[in-house]
Amino acid sequence: MARALYWLIPHPFLTLLLAVVWIILQNEVSAGMAVFGLILGIIIPWGTSVWWPDQPKGLRLGKFIIYALIVMWDILVANVQVAWIVLTKPNDKMRPAWVVIPLELKQPEAITILAGTITLTPGTVSADLSSEGHSLLVHALDTDDPGAVRDEIKHRYERRLLEIFA
Amino acid sequence: MMETIGTYAIALCLIIGAIFSLVGAIGLLKLNDSMTRLHAPTKVGTVGVGALLLASMIHSWVFSDGSFHELLIMAFLFVTAPISANFIAKVNIHKRSCETPPSPPRDATWGTLDVPAEDRDFAPADHKASS
Repeated sequence: MARALYWLIPHPFLTLLLAVVWIILQNEVSAGMAVFGLILGIIIPWGTSVWWPDQPKGLRLGKFIIYALIVMWDILVANVQVAWIVLTKPNDKMRPAWVVIPLELKQPEAITILAGTITLTPGTVSADLSSEGHSLLVHALDTDDPGAVRDEIKHRYERRLLEIFA
Repeated sequence: MMETIGTYAIALCLIIGAIFSLVGAIGLLKLNDSMTRLHAPTKVGTVGVGALLLASMIHSWVFSDGSFHELLIMAFLFVTAPISANFIAKVNIHKRSCETPPSPPRDATWGTLDVPAEDRDFAPADHKASS
């Protein structure tokens, strides 16, 4: 039974996500649309499973929601900060810097989420990954201390992602 | 009553969204380095567009049936914005149009710089010849 289920739904989260996206896209909640969304959610991952090398082992949804809320709050704060820097700080006083973050995360999905988070939050853009994927290159808009930026990212985001993808 | 509050909420969201979009545009013009210029639109854009979408959502819920489409737009925007920023950053690194980043602690080099020696010179000569 479990094996048949695994064969049918190799990516349960993707299935759920596709169904929800389909229902929102229709803009009306009805049983027919939900069923059709589920059918799409089963067919699409099944048809594209060749291009999914391996599914993420586990995802702690509760912790992930907390993480998403923290990130959204950070985005709001970051926007005000960056707007203030852009409007008030003269260009020659700006101190942009490269920040190198050694990664403890291994899964590509987790690293992608970390890089996306970094780009969306306070004055930092993730620029590149090292050739073997062991460190992440981040550009900071205005900082005195690149080490502090690195420690904050590691403490605030990477630590939580390590727990989520444990 | 409900419609009055809704109207004011929509107006507030539109103003916030417009201000942040304007700041993003100003940043794009004002900052002078290709890497720092990347910061203004990627971040300020998210809240700018987010506030405008929120206004659209309030409008649809107060004055008509309501709509969730804006949530989808928001989700797709949040997923795709970092990717485009990442690509622009990679181009900057590849073209050496910014400071060369310090080398990574454990690996040989950065992914973008990891190209065969004969391809390492980004050939500006070809561009001049063709243009």
